[in-house]
Amino acid sequence: MPSLSTSKVNDFVVRFANVNGTGSASANFLFTKSIFRMGIPVTPKNIFPSNIQGLPTWYEVRVSEKGYLGRREGIDLMVAMNPQSMAGDVAAVKKGGYFLYDSSKMLHANYIREDINYLGIPLMEMCNAAYTDARQRQLFKNIIYVGALSALFEIEFPVLEQLIAEQFPGKAKLIPPNIQALKMGVDYVQANFKHPLDIRVERRDLVKDAIMIDGNAACGLGAVYAGATVAAWYPITPSTSVMDAFADYATEYRTDKTTGKRNVAIVQAEDELAAIGVVIGANWNGARSFTATSGPGVSLMNEFLGLGYFAEIPAVLIDVQRTGPSTGMPTRTQQSDVLEAAYASHGDTKHVLLFPSTPKECFEMTADAFDLAEQLQTPVIVMTDLDLGMNDHVSPPFEWDDNRVYKRGKVLNASDLENIQRFGRYLDVDGDGITYRTYPGTHPTKGSFFTRGTSRDEYATYTEDGGAYQRNMDRLIKKWNTAKTMVPAPQLIHDKNNKCEYGILFFGTSQYAAEEAMELMRQDGIFVDALRIKAFPFNQMVEDFINTHEKIFVIEQNRDAQMKSLLMIELSADPNKLISVLNYDGMPITADNIMKQVTKKLLITQD
Amino acid sequence: MSFTRPKFRHPGLPKNKLGYTISYYEGALSTLCAGCGHDSISAGIIQACYELNIEPHKLAKLSGIGCSSKTPAYFLSNSHGFNSVHGRMPSVATGANLANRDLTYFGVSGDGDTASIGMGQFVHAIRRNLNMTYIVMNNGCYGLTKGQDSATADHGSKNKSGNVNMFESIDLASLAIELGASFVAQSFSGDKGQLVPLITAAMAHPGFAFINVISPCVTFNNNVGSTKSYDYVRQHVEATGTIDFVPEMPEITTEYAEGTIQGIRMHDGSVLQLHKLAQEWDPEDRLSAMNAIKNASAKQEILTGLLFIDPNTKDLHNLINTSDTPLNKLDKEHLCPGNAVLKDINAGLR
Ligand SMILES: Cc1ncc(C[n+]2csc(CCOP(=O)(O)OP(=O)(O)O)c2C)c(N)n1
Ligand code: SF4
Ligand SMILES: [Mg+2]
Repeated sequence: MPSLSTSKVNDFVVRFANVNGTGSASANFLFTKSIFRMGIPVTPKNIFPSNIQGLPTWYEVRVSEKGYLGRREGIDLMVAMNPQSMAGDVAAVKKGGYFLYDSSKMLHANYIREDINYLGIPLMEMCNAAYTDARQRQLFKNIIYVGALSALFEIEFPVLEQLIAEQFPGKAKLIPPNIQALKMGVDYVQANFKHPLDIRVERRDLVKDAIMIDGNAACGLGAVYAGATVAAWYPITPSTSVMDAFADYATEYRTDKTTGKRNVAIVQAEDELAAIGVVIGANWNGARSFTATSGPGVSLMNEFLGLGYFAEIPAVLIDVQRTGPSTGMPTRTQQSDVLEAAYASHGDTKHVLLFPSTPKECFEMTADAFDLAEQLQTPVIVMTDLDLGMNDHVSPPFEWDDNRVYKRGKVLNASDLENIQRFGRYLDVDGDGITYRTYPGTHPTKGSFFTRGTSRDEYATYTEDGGAYQRNMDRLIKKWNTAKTMVPAPQLIHDKNNKCEYGILFFGTSQYAAEEAMELMRQDGIFVDALRIKAFPFNQMVEDFINTHEKIFVIEQNRDAQMKSLLMIELSADPNKLISVLNYDGMPITADNIMKQVTKKLLITQD
Repeated sequence: MSFTRPKFRHPGLPKNKLGYTISYYEGALSTLCAGCGHDSISAGIIQACYELNIEPHKLAKLSGIGCSSKTPAYFLSNSHGFNSVHGRMPSVATGANLANRDLTYFGVSGDGDTASIGMGQFVHAIRRNLNMTYIVMNNGCYGLTKGQDSATADHGSKNKSGNVNMFESIDLASLAIELGASFVAQSFSGDKGQLVPLITAAMAHPGFAFINVISPCVTFNNNVGSTKSYDYVRQHVEATGTIDFVPEMPEITTEYAEGTIQGIRMHDGSVLQLHKLAQEWDPEDRLSAMNAIKNASAKQEILTGLLFIDPNTKDLHNLINTSDTPLNKLDKEHLCPGNAVLKDINAGLR
């Protein structure tokens, strides 16, 4: 019997190959969650088609004692439930790995490999015998394989029982049949296979108080905590679930129990142009308002983002990045909107960007985005991606300081207006480039102004004077420089024991793989410092990091090295110093990939 | 280069209930061409706000881009104004309105701004029954970009360069009725007597109130052969009747001959008194209103006046059940669930 090179406790990858729309998602999540509940770090990834029913879909779970939460190549065990993708699924299994399949029908000879192990379970036969209803046969088949896996990996059965009970609160009737189905899987394994396998789990206390949630839900929750009251959106994967979560949490926490009235307004707009228009109108009128979209939506929002920049209106936009146009591949992950977002619109424009890496940061940065947008009176874009947004991640728990006040920025009320000679909407009173604004309805005779993109002076009076235009543009740059001191500083990972000539620089979801790659490189005697960018405009630390290292590997998940371009444009960084490490096949970047590209490029640079 | 109005005012001007003279409702000096229909409409808006005792700072005026969309600068200088982007005023107005339901929202657009680039936003603002007044200053052309035909130019109408429009025109009033707008009227910039009460009634209406105002462009579309010229429009207008807007009238007391006067009670207690000319038309019946427009247009007439009204309509806030307190007045205590709740949320995610 072929075996994996080493027996692996809490260190393996399982991939589930399913047919979209067959109810596999909740069963697969049950598997993931049971390992999480056993205190072991675990990372699931959805690889799904742009389809509602019928096409192949995969769910990949990495279990890692060391806490590596990035993706890893190489499948140790494949749960092959989709005849359509079977050929590829067989090929994907690592030498010595396992292939779990439905043996109700004989496996085609083409799918037989000598170097892997087959675990045939007659799932269909078992279901046909046990259930009469077609949908039940389908759903319980998924639960049976989870039961089988629990026996193969030694997942504690009471953990599964508990999860099932939590899954159906108030529907006690549904619990026993699910437990029964799990047991059918367990029994079959016990009767037919040597178990546990050489890959298995063992209870640990590694996840501590961590939570498991996807980034989109965290963004939605962050917007509720930040006091967003007006939200507008147009459906697009992978951002839709941001608004779903916002709506759910708002329904729960913002509805008056007696009257049913809601302290929130959510509009499904006719398109993304309208969505951002609503956001700009609401923020102009003093409500915190946001939208969520993906690359195509950001493209459509370009004109309004420019207006927001020029007219100096706060706006919060969550951009859950995905691959380029069309349908299909766009339901895969990427970090390819960096430049589009940074310079969205016409005229001279630049936008504040935040780059979260974890659900906790999605929560915090969404909340921070509202403060920054109002303090800076400009659009702020939270740059997350499909991997972070739509996959569950183990994350530190959310925190909220009840003493935190909403930073609403420079807004004058009626008595402020009484006390000033003449209100100048675009007059830089404090010298930081940020001027004072008023909300409509504040004062009968003072504080009204006419909002336009351009063509006005410091008092918002119409003028086509070029000098006034230029003064305003220069002030906006002053404001931009102020922003540098206000956005989250980057995270520096400094190697204390070694003086490193090389640095790696990354942002967003590349963090997981980058940190693991650093560990791998360390084992190979390669030591690097690291910097994780959390925001644009770049804080001084970014410039210092580039200046103090010989070469910097810039890791990003797009083809055009967009972050590298941004560093070159904004910091005049020497392009020869910045070496790109890129990944753009739509799958989250892996440590192995980074490691290989870095070592290869290191050899070249050392020649 | 900036144009503010000289401060001197005639001391004996009458005052409205709030104690303001009409000059209090004016804006900056217009930079539009002398004789432009849009300026007459601005004057009508000023008059209507004065008559309706509007507190200017409790009104927000919004527009898209175009000569017409410039006009909010020329009325109500004590109101906040927003000259947004071309064709997108409805979405900005939607956001503003959602943020604060207590203000009055006044939108100005052009036929290019509404019937072409902004068509999508226009129809969806109607669909949502946003509580606002929406005026299209309709001149059948793109004034600001120098006179190109717009989508409301009539089939067969000739523009200044002598070109005859070969495309069908979009009739915004019919479209608005068709889409379910709860207040639809049509008027002519040259008929202030009709326009002012229509604007007043539109502002009092608790939902989407649309007024399509034919507003000749003297520079690019006032030539012989144009169906949006002053001469043509004067010769072809036909009114449904006249209306008087009576604020807060306790009850309708006067009796009129059947079919000549119709009193429509608005939700705030005010009353629209309609002196009907077209007897067969019922302003509270969509189909009848549509028919009246079509019948007039078959006779080459432009039907003006109130066309349709549903006084008991439910606006967007009522449809989505937002709090009575404007959303922009809610503070952290009302909005943030706090750390204790967050701890429970965390616990539920383990
Ligand atoms: C996105 C965009 N495209 C084109 C323009 C140029 N533009 C400015 S006004 C206008 C047409 C305005 O026509 P209308 O709304 O009828 O207003 P009018 O000037 O006739 O009152 C156009 C095309 C623009 N401002 N923005
Ligand atoms: S170009 Fe036409 S629409 Fe524009 S201001 Fe002149 S007359 Fe009015
Ligand atoms: Mg026009």
